[in-house]
Amino acid sequence: MKTWVTPGGVHPPENKHQSLTLPIGTLPIPEKLLIPLSQHIGTAAKPCVELGSAVLKGQKIAEAAGPVSVPMHAPTSGTISAIEHRPIAHSSGMLAPCIEITSDGKDQWQAHQGVADYKNASASTLLQAIAEAGIAGMGGAGFPSAVKLNPGRERPIHTLIVNATECEPYITADDSAIRERAAEIIEGIGILSQILGHPDNIMIGIEDNKPEAIEALEPHVQGSGISVRSFPTKYPSGGEKQLIYILTGQEIPSGGLPADIGMVCVNIGTTYAIKRAIVDGEPLISRVTTMTGDACGINRNYETLIGTAVSHMLEHSQFNEERCSRLVMGGPMMGFSLTSAEVPIVKTTNCILAPSYQEIPDDEPAQPCIRCGLCAEACPVSLLPQQLFWYSQAEDYERLEAHNLFDCIECGACSYVCPSNIPLVQYYRHSKGEIQKARAEKVKSDHARQRFEFHQQRMEQAERDKEAKRAARREAAEQAKATAGAANNSAAKATAEGQSGDSAADIIAAAQARAAARKVSPEQQLAKFERSIAGAEMRLQMAEEKLTEADAQQTDEQKNILVAAVEAARQKLEQAKGRLAEHIKEHKGEQVD
Amino acid sequence: MIETIAQYPILAALIALVGLGILFGALLGFAAEKFKVEGDPIVEQIDELLPQTQCGQCGFPGCRPYAESIANGDAINKCPPGGQATINAIANLLDVPAPELDAEHGEEAEVRTVAYIREDECIGCTKCIQACPVDAILGAAKLMHTVIADECTGCDLCVEPCPVDCIDMLPVEETIKEWHWPAPPTTADIIASDLRPQL
Repeated sequence: MKTWVTPGGVHPPENKHQSLTLPIGTLPIPEKLLIPLSQHIGTAAKPCVELGSAVLKGQKIAEAAGPVSVPMHAPTSGTISAIEHRPIAHSSGMLAPCIEITSDGKDQWQAHQGVADYKNASASTLLQAIAEAGIAGMGGAGFPSAVKLNPGRERPIHTLIVNATECEPYITADDSAIRERAAEIIEGIGILSQILGHPDNIMIGIEDNKPEAIEALEPHVQGSGISVRSFPTKYPSGGEKQLIYILTGQEIPSGGLPADIGMVCVNIGTTYAIKRAIVDGEPLISRVTTMTGDACGINRNYETLIGTAVSHMLEHSQFNEERCSRLVMGGPMMGFSLTSAEVPIVKTTNCILAPSYQEIPDDEPAQPCIRCGLCAEACPVSLLPQQLFWYSQAEDYERLEAHNLFDCIECGACSYVCPSNIPLVQYYRHSKGEIQKARAEKVKSDHARQRFEFHQQRMEQAERDKEAKRAARREAAEQAKATAGAANNSAAKATAEGQSGDSAADIIAAAQARAAARKVSPEQQLAKFERSIAGAEMRLQMAEEKLTEADAQQTDEQKNILVAAVEAARQKLEQAKGRLAEHIKEHKGEQVD
Repeated sequence: MIETIAQYPILAALIALVGLGILFGALLGFAAEKFKVEGDPIVEQIDELLPQTQCGQCGFPGCRPYAESIANGDAINKCPPGGQATINAIANLLDVPAPELDAEHGEEAEVRTVAYIREDECIGCTKCIQACPVDAILGAAKLMHTVIADECTGCDLCVEPCPVDCIDMLPVEETIKEWHWPAPPTTADIIASDLRPQL
């Protein structure tokens, strides 16, 4: 079957045979297991157990926080002895939140069972089970599998690629897993195919340096529609984009995902974990990890519980500290040196390498670039490593981006071939970090600008409002002054000349003017009189009523009071009527006029 | 037509030239209206490069006024929060040589800091709230205040007005997500054998 050839690539010594002499072993359960809450790409999981609580093997101890996150499970039974920041396997050597479990030695499973009738289950049920099992890509990056396997309706998947390349030297975790667990792996691939709606092509990509593994797979793929494609060994063929190109000849656009061209690429170790989750109901609590390197007496693969300290593995591998030049998590090309042996194995740890000084000597000092161009020949992504190196040194981030720095897969092929021992990849990683930091700062500063502008606007608005209020008050005051002034003028006229300087006279004049201003019109006065008549009539009526009511039972004295009240009311009414009549008489002439 | 032109060549040339002049003049006038640039785009570009801490260390009330001043020919090295990186970026944009940071306006901070209010000591005077240019402080009169650390630009403007000195500028701790690889050490040595001790 046709395969394509990627540009560049290197052929470092494979060193895979050392760890393949023994079958996959198991380690004694360590006394303490440390489970970091972030072992994957995305949001860290959220603890859902309390300090001191007892947990069973496979019990969930941390929940997924958000859509791109995975839960964590207890790798063995015991008690939660710490939830705190601890050193984890990270190139920074920084601390991160972890849950520590002290094992009770019983290794007691919680009740578990797979998805009932999984062969007829819907994709969403299966995805849910995968998410619940805490499965994240086990090839290296650790992307939550349930998210990857659900690319959405708008991106139908026609090709499923299972990555069994394992191109890095020393690592044999996938190789040994295939040799011993081929049937389960194929079953896992079947489940994946079911989730993705039975894509047209299902391929297992494997390098031709694993003949035993290919042989182990062959009988199981017969008639299943899965094809095993082997291709010449070359580093780095195992990168997702490289493997897709090798198997299909198609390139993923820069910055894109395989799903953009209708493909999904899954590590073969992940398919095994998916099978265990769906069929057996076991969450991801252990993985195959290669323990290798000349500083270890025993080189082999272990089914390692997640959270096992590296030191625990070394203890059981006849580790000779004096011979060891460094401890590497991952392979010699892309792995990173550990600062402490106490860090735990996580879901993405495929190898612990303890090389001797002969295998991996200390770094030679970097020498100037001689522009030999070997790096450009080795680059599997056809970038220009030496140009990137110059720009990285010059901190010219614009040009770095223009030269597609972010397409670099950090495979280390350029550093490997560099005759001047320049740590090229570290330059790229540094520059990528700086660019990302600058982008984050840009977002932050834009946000700050927006807030500042809003603040400014708010202050101006407040100032304007205040100003408007002030103006309104001023206007009101002026108006009041104007009316008072007008009244003043008329009053001044009335009080004639000569007294103008006298303040007492002024006040009197002002008061008179106010009184004049208050003077009501005849119509208003008329209305007032009428109102008072009506009121007096009502009062009279009420007084009379009271008197008739009281007539029967009240004493004479009380009766007299009531009679007087009626009389008073009547008089008031008379008065009011009189005033009204007077008023009408007074104003009759005016009204007629 | 041809005959007329041949008869009055000077006049024909004159008419043609004036005609062309009017035509292109109209075209330019139209283009100037159609593609009119609002404001000074260089101010926007400079403002984009400034760190937007709004700290006023440059002597201007905010980043935008400083950007406007730079566009009018002010020195580009007055921004300590932006530091050399910002100076370089502006120098690159304006195509001028990049000077060192002017020490008169302050020094470039090694680490980013944000304000923290010691909440027990806060008397609730709201002075810091009024000083904050990005509304990153929460609180009300006679009630405890606190800083929204994510919104704080680390401008220091709230520290000075506090009557009880309960605001600290604390460095922002780097998280594992923000960490990135450091630059490889630069080796000045020309050849490896130079590293050996002298005999």
